[in-house]
This record gives sequence, C-alpha cells and structure tokens, in this order.
Amino acid sequence: MRHFALIAALLLAPALAQAQTVLNVYNWTDYIDPDVVQRFQQETGIRIRYDVYDSLETLEGKLSAGRSGYDLVVPTSEPSFARLVRAGALRPLDRARIPNWRNLDTGLMERAGRADPGNAHGAIYLWGTVGLGLRLDRIRAIAPDLALDGLDLLLKPENARRLAGCGLAVMDSATDVLPSVLRWLGRDPDSADAGDLRAAEAALLAIRPQLRGIPGSGALLDMLATGEICVALAYSGDVIQAAARAREAGRGVEIGYVAPAAGPHLFFDMLAIPADAPNPDAAHAFIDFLLRPEVIAAVSSHVRYPNAVPASRPLIAAPVREDSNVYPPDAVLAHGFVPGTPGPQAERLRSRLWSRFRAGR
Amino acid sequence: MRRLLILLPPLAWLLLLVAAPLLIIGLIAFAEAGPGVPPFIPPFGWAGGPVWRGSTESIGTLLGETYYLEAFLRSLLTAFVTAALCLLLAYPMALGIAGARPSWRLPLLLLVLLPFWAGFLPRLGAWIGLLRDGGWANGVLGLAGIGPLRLLYSNLALYLGMVHAYLPFAVLPLATALLRRDRSLEEAAADLGATPFTVFRSVTLPLSLPAAASAFLLVFIPAAGEFVIPELLGPPEAQLVGRVLWGEFFQNRDWPLAAALALAMLVLLLPPILLFQRLGRRG
Repeated sequence: MRHFALIAALLLAPALAQAQTVLNVYNWTDYIDPDVVQRFQQETGIRIRYDVYDSLETLEGKLSAGRSGYDLVVPTSEPSFARLVRAGALRPLDRARIPNWRNLDTGLMERAGRADPGNAHGAIYLWGTVGLGLRLDRIRAIAPDLALDGLDLLLKPENARRLAGCGLAVMDSATDVLPSVLRWLGRDPDSADAGDLRAAEAALLAIRPQLRGIPGSGALLDMLATGEICVALAYSGDVIQAAARAREAGRGVEIGYVAPAAGPHLFFDMLAIPADAPNPDAAHAFIDFLLRPEVIAAVSSHVRYPNAVPASRPLIAAPVREDSNVYPPDAVLAHGFVPGTPGPQAERLRSRLWSRFRAGR
Repeated sequence: MRRLLILLPPLAWLLLLVAAPLLIIGLIAFAEAGPGVPPFIPPFGWAGGPVWRGSTESIGTLLGETYYLEAFLRSLLTAFVTAALCLLLAYPMALGIAGARPSWRLPLLLLVLLPFWAGFLPRLGAWIGLLRDGGWANGVLGLAGIGPLRLLYSNLALYLGMVHAYLPFAVLPLATALLRRDRSLEEAAADLGATPFTVFRSVTLPLSLPAAASAFLLVFIPAAGEFVIPELLGPPEAQLVGRVLWGEFFQNRDWPLAAALALAMLVLLLPPILLFQRLGRRG
C-alpha cells in the first residue's frame, strides 16, 4: 500500500506540482505530533504525505537503492546519518532558508557534527541516550541490593546470573551496543583495535547464556512493556514508551529507564534531505517550521524525546520536561559520548563479532 | 515457426523475470561493497573500453567463514524437520479428508485453509501471546503445578510456528491425490485377503508417494529461506540463512555478500529438489 502510494505520488507529481506542492516525509513511527503536521499544511498550503519506518535498516535500504521519492528523512546520527553523508546520499542544507537554525543548541550540534563536519547536512530533530530498561517491581523483589545506576547490572556476569530468571535482553544493533560495552570496559568506544573488540566480545559472550533474546528495537519495546524481560540494553525513548504502555495496561508491570551514570552513548535523529529529493524547497520550509520553539515543544511533549532547541524547554509539558530520563541531568550529559564512524574495515570486524555473539559462540 | 510463437510468451517471461534478475544478482555478487547509492561498485567499468573490476571477496568470505556454512546447515536441517513434521501431520489429515463423506470434504478442506485468511503476522503474534512466560500455555501448566516453562524463543516455539505456517501446503497436495486414487485397487487387495494395514502399506501409501514428495518439497523450499518465524519465535542462535541474508543486506549493507548468499542458497537447494522430483516421478 505504502509502495503504491509512493508510485502514485511519483506519477502524479508533475500534475500536482501545479495545483499543490507535496512534501514527502519519511520518519520513525510514533515520532511526531499530528497537530504539528496539520498546522504546517494550513500555514503553507504545502500538503504533507507522511510515511513511517520502524528501523534504520528499512530507511537505509530504501535510500541506498536511490530515487526514494522522499523529501525529508530522519536518520539517526550514528550509524545511518554518518553513512548517508559519506555515501553522498544527502543534500547540503541551505541555511539561508532555515532562519530558525539559530535556535539550535550549539553544544549539541557540535556533538552531532562528529558525523557531519560543519553540520552541513542535518539539524537535530530529537535525541536520546542508550541505557537500561528495567522492570523495577521484579528487580526489587529478586535483588533489592543491586545498584540501579549503570551497565554493571547487565554486564557483570554475577549480576546477569542473578537476574537471568526474569529475563535479560540486548537490542540487536552492533553499532548501538558495542560503543557502550567498550566504554564500560574502559576502552575507546570507537576502537577498531582487535584486542579491544575481542575484550568486548568476551564481555558479551560472558552474559550470552543468560540472554532471553537479542530482538530488534520494536520487538524489544514489546517484550519490556509486557513484562517478558527485566533488564534490556535499549534506546531511552523506547524504554520510556514501553513504560507508558505498561502503565496503560495496568498489569502491575513497572518499567524504569537508567542511563549509565558513567556516561551514556548519545544519539541524534537528524532532519535531512535526500540528494535526489523531488521537492527540497518544501523540505527546507518544514525544517525551519519544526525548529520553532513552540512547534518542537509540542513534538517533545507528545513523543517524550528531548529536542535541541533550548528556548522550547519551558513550553514542553511539565511531566516530560521534568523527567530526568527524558532530559538527563547535566552531569550525565557531560560524561556522555557520541560514537564516531568506524571505517569499512572496522565495521566489518564489528559486524562479524556481532554475528558470533548472536549465534552464541 | 508457430511453435516458436507459442513458446515466445513463456520464454519472455523466463528471460525477464527469472534469468535477468538472476544475472543481476550474479553480477552484484562479484561487485565490491562500498559507500554509495547503490552501496557497491559495479563489476564493470568503462575506461576507454570495458574494464573488469569485480571482486571475488564475497564468495571468499562465504566459503571462508564457518558462520555462513553453519547457517546453511541449520536452515537445511530446520527445513527438513519442518517438512517431515508437516508430512507426518498432514498425511492422516489428508487421509481423513479423502475418506470423509463427500458433503464433509469441502468444509474440512476449508478448515485447513481458513488460517490463511487471517494474516500471517497476527497468527505469529497469537503464538507469542500463548507461549510467553505469563501466557496461556504457562497459565494452564501452572494450574497443574508445572512451570513456568521457557516456551517462547526456543526450538519448540520455532517448530510450532513453522509447522503451523506450512501445514496447509502439505495437506492440499496429499488430500487431492488421495481423493483421486483408484479405490478399486484397495478393494481388490482386501478381497485377496490383505489386512487393512497391509492394504495401506502396499497399495495406498505407494500410490500417494509422488504427492507426498511434492508436499515435502512445497514445505521444504520456502521453509529453508524462512526468516520471519525464527526471528519472532525461535532462540537467538537460530541463525538461518534468511536471517543472515537479511542482516547482510539491511544491517551491513553488504549487497555483494547478500547476493552471493542468495546464489549459494539456490545452488544448495537444487540437489534436494532434483532428488525429490525424481522420487516423485518414480513413485
């Protein structure tokens, strides 16, 4: 159906261009406030055709094939955004057409700039951390003495063995798990050194027998929300959404999120325009619209992810604004790290390591 | 000339939809992976004339790392067990349908097909709900004082899902063949003093062997490439070729290696297919 809509869009594009401009947006699922889309359409007369993906693999798969037909995409800074920049699949942004660029937090943009020198290809939409999703009610019952503040909870084999009975999981993403494991080992999160990677593999294999699953991010959210697992290494936003879902279900499952106090992996979801976008003008207009403080505040309130527009902070709904899981404390943020982009050779080493970890040998 | 005209549509079909895509996959398998759109360097270039700049690295990786060989073996084993289980379950079902009163046959066949009308994913979702720690299966076991057992993400869940999904493929050809069989042969055997078991063993079973072979194949081939069911129900170590291929294509964006895997799968699946076709014809 989605493909059909896309084909129809491509076929009809010239005819519609005269009547009404169409902006094809491709974003993560559940990642915008629908009212924001409505408001943009009313203000500008540009019609938004909104399409969603639930994994970076889907997004990259479509963009890698070329001529995707999308005008605006939201790849995560590491690994997808960085790879798309390297592959020349994104169009440099024209800042003259994005006056609200000045609203962006320079510190965060500088960190996102690791993937994109000079921030030439993207503006931060929302961001988050990698940490632990915890089923607090069960963990308190099984191991009340464990400190719930870092990756020790999952990665120390003795802790993993104690908690194995109620379910452990690691999200299926070499790029988003290995940096945190390397950091936990006290090594460089970007390391391509064979010795460092062997140490990370050994650490992961040590807890491998205790793992209930290595699911994709969507499945992991589900496992957490239904209480199938107790500890999961996952994206902050996924855990916060799982916690909300568990509360709604009202079955006594209590989910909490913990970013490693020693310094979490930070990720940024970037607003970017594909190099072959049919309508880059409308995409620039939409980026500018999203960077208005009151607009991005509405998005953050709705999806419970922080944004990079400081002026929006007072406008965000209080429960979200004051949630230290959504906006980590400054001290945690200061220790946070943004992984770099491993070269193709290092990436291959890492993906082989991950395959062996998945297979459990 | 007229024969050629008649052959033209199927030939064009084969060329366009089988040979051409295979050729493209073959070319990609010999390309070199690299950043770009699409993410590989085409094996043919043009520098004043055609230049070959392909690479056999993907084929080498495929043969050199046991990870891929293990995935292949595991896939073939999983497909074999699934097909055997389906055959074992489908045979009595088909025999029952063929032996039922004519007015019952259609409703019974419909019951076999009915699950197809509900989507594939919701049915898998139902299995997840049944098998999870706090699910129905463990609830019932709990009443009997057993468990909770780890049912989800195990080989048990994997085969439950596989057999559930592929069983109709085995029932249909068997039921059709058993319905069409010549009953007078069985009556003759019985008249000559054969016990019901001997009649089944020496008449019914041999008559249905070709159908059994095609039922087996109809399950075996798609099951060997299956990746959704192992991913949703199976244990994390269930690295079947379908999942590995998906990972190479989407997660590592290594299109050449993914293409090489697809070709290797084709080559590996050909011998069992030929073998069973022969078996079916001889029977």
